Amino acid sequence: MTRPDNDPAFVRGIDPAPVRSIDPAFVRGMTTRRGALRLLGASAAAFALSACGIPGQGGRGKVNQAQIDAFWKGKGGKGSINWANWPGYMEDDRATIKAFTKETGIQVAYKEVIQEAAEWFGKIQAPLAANQSIGFDLMVVTSGIQTTKLIELGYLAPLDHTRLTRFAKHAGRKFQNPPYDPGNAFTIPYVSGVTGIAYNTKYVKEEITSVAQLFDPKYRGRVGMMSDSQELGNFAMFALGIDPEKSTPKDWENAARKLRDQRDQKIVRKYYEQNYIDAVTKGDVWLTMAWSGDVYSLASDDVKFVVPREGGTIWTDLMMIPKTAANPVDALTLMDWLYDPRRNATLTEYINFVTPVPEAKKFIAADAAAAKGDDKADLERLSSSPLVFPSDADLAKLRTYRVLTQQEETQYQKIFLPIVQGS
Amino acid sequence: MRRLRGALTPYLLMLPAGLWLLVFFAIPLVYMASVSLMTGNLIDGWKLTWHWQNYTEGLDVYGDKLLRSLWYGLIATVACIVLAYPAAYWIAFKGGRHKSTWLFLLLLPFFVSFVLRTISWKLVLTDNGPILGPLKSWGLLPDGFHVLDSGFAVISGLTYNFLPFMVLPIYVALERIDYRTIEAAYDLYAGRVEVFRRVVLPLSLPGVFAGVIMTFVPVTSDYVNAQVLGGPGNTMIGNVIQAEYFTNSNYHTASALSFTLMALLLIGIFAYARALGTKDVLEAAGR
Repeated sequence: MTRPDNDPAFVRGIDPAPVRSIDPAFVRGMTTRRGALRLLGASAAAFALSACGIPGQGGRGKVNQAQIDAFWKGKGGKGSINWANWPGYMEDDRATIKAFTKETGIQVAYKEVIQEAAEWFGKIQAPLAANQSIGFDLMVVTSGIQTTKLIELGYLAPLDHTRLTRFAKHAGRKFQNPPYDPGNAFTIPYVSGVTGIAYNTKYVKEEITSVAQLFDPKYRGRVGMMSDSQELGNFAMFALGIDPEKSTPKDWENAARKLRDQRDQKIVRKYYEQNYIDAVTKGDVWLTMAWSGDVYSLASDDVKFVVPREGGTIWTDLMMIPKTAANPVDALTLMDWLYDPRRNATLTEYINFVTPVPEAKKFIAADAAAAKGDDKADLERLSSSPLVFPSDADLAKLRTYRVLTQQEETQYQKIFLPIVQGS
Repeated sequence: MRRLRGALTPYLLMLPAGLWLLVFFAIPLVYMASVSLMTGNLIDGWKLTWHWQNYTEGLDVYGDKLLRSLWYGLIATVACIVLAYPAAYWIAFKGGRHKSTWLFLLLLPFFVSFVLRTISWKLVLTDNGPILGPLKSWGLLPDGFHVLDSGFAVISGLTYNFLPFMVLPIYVALERIDYRTIEAAYDLYAGRVEVFRRVVLPLSLPGVFAGVIMTFVPVTSDYVNAQVLGGPGNTMIGNVIQAEYFTNSNYHTASALSFTLMALLLIGIFAYARALGTKDVLEAAGR
């Protein structure tokens, strides 16, 4: 703000002169309760005026080699890391982590603390802005609005690619040098997945093939939608035949109208973060927007997953190191270790999402050949599943998140955020 | 010297609490007030532009959530009184030797985390869960019936979660009633109803007043219950503020909505104190 330096009232308010000369009236004022309160009020007001405005922190998304070297200089491994991830992204018995610890001696404290990208961003933003630790050395965030912000705000450690040799060798071409993070300067993929529709066949007595069925009044009170504004907006755009990647603000308005209609007709039971899995398994909702691997690894056979014919979104969850990490070196070691095709295959067999390591496929096929009974069937299904190893033709049908500029993001969020809040 | 020290004593005594309030209440409050008039975003920063539209825009988009919160708060508070008063009455007058045991039993669930208790409700009330499942299979309820994700579930959760804040003050007020005043009323030929209406109730009103303040304010701004037990039609203003602040980083909107809520709550509480007659309440409390 413009500080009213010449405003006499303002100057009077903060002029310390009366204090220095110890005006008897001032001392008298101190001795009345009202005087003390007035002093309190004045100091608070002065504080507020001096603190007007919160400085912007954007424009830090570009780094040069010198900055990368400066970040990593003098840093060594300390033998333990804290890893923040989403539920369902690691074997229940943490086999992959155990194997990593056995080979490298690095202990991993693994926490499933991330449920939604926006919510996670809200949690870590303040400490990162203040250059404080968030308690994690490695975290996984979806490619989208929040990752762009994390990069722009300079909250992430620039990656030292000399220590990511396996990534360079084994990462699929589509997973390198993405538009949201050129040159993988700050992030490398953990897994990708497809957003589609999950439905419980115990209740839904027809084949689900289209996004339009999420808007069908027949399923009043039985439809789950995602609360993430990009996922939500994309599906409404599919329903309207709009390609989200090429959408305009006018398309967003139309999509928002469609979503409001759906909500106000009480078709939507709830807007979910990740807890839709529970709801669709129990039958609280019958059909819901869902992420591919979640349904794939679900114990219940009643729940099916489809990519609607209008299209689905493909997103990538990215591994990244917060700039305040206590032990970035070991985090980087783990990131690279996961790109070993053999080890990645073991993880993929459990989590069932799209792996960024195409060579893992042959190890899964080999595991399938060696396995027996149910395991064999599961692994064979997995190694041939288009949801885990999509072909180029499959990928062409899927849409990615639109990369939004700051101005577009503000506009986009203003249109879609209130919907989830019921406005 | 001694006189000076004597004159300073009250201020010295006030100093720790005063500083506490200044640092953790007054300064953040003023700061939030200034944020509520700023415009900007995380990348470019915020500037104080005296943008009063933050308030009007907030009301435009989320005004109905404010009204809903006040309405839910009112219903839950009344439900708390209805549930808490008889319980507190019974413990205070008929609890006998085991008064503290009864109170402890009443408070026992509250040793478990608030969020955990609310989530356990969700497990119990799920559509085909242990309660609704059998009722539906016996045909007592229609198939589509559900409790979760409804206003009823949210208000019930709020009532349950804030009940002790109502029970305790009412209990304390009832407990403090001198039994001789009740005997005196009987001696003056008052019936049981008369004794309650003209002696016990007025003497316990300060407790109810305290209970209302301690429940209505937090209930109205609560967001956990609506988040866990509510659906898209049950969003409360607390959820909106939480989302605007923590997930959307719209600090200005969140601040403006917070101040609007605070103003409404203060007006509500003062109106309530006025209607009940603060003077009488204070007098009764002083007895």
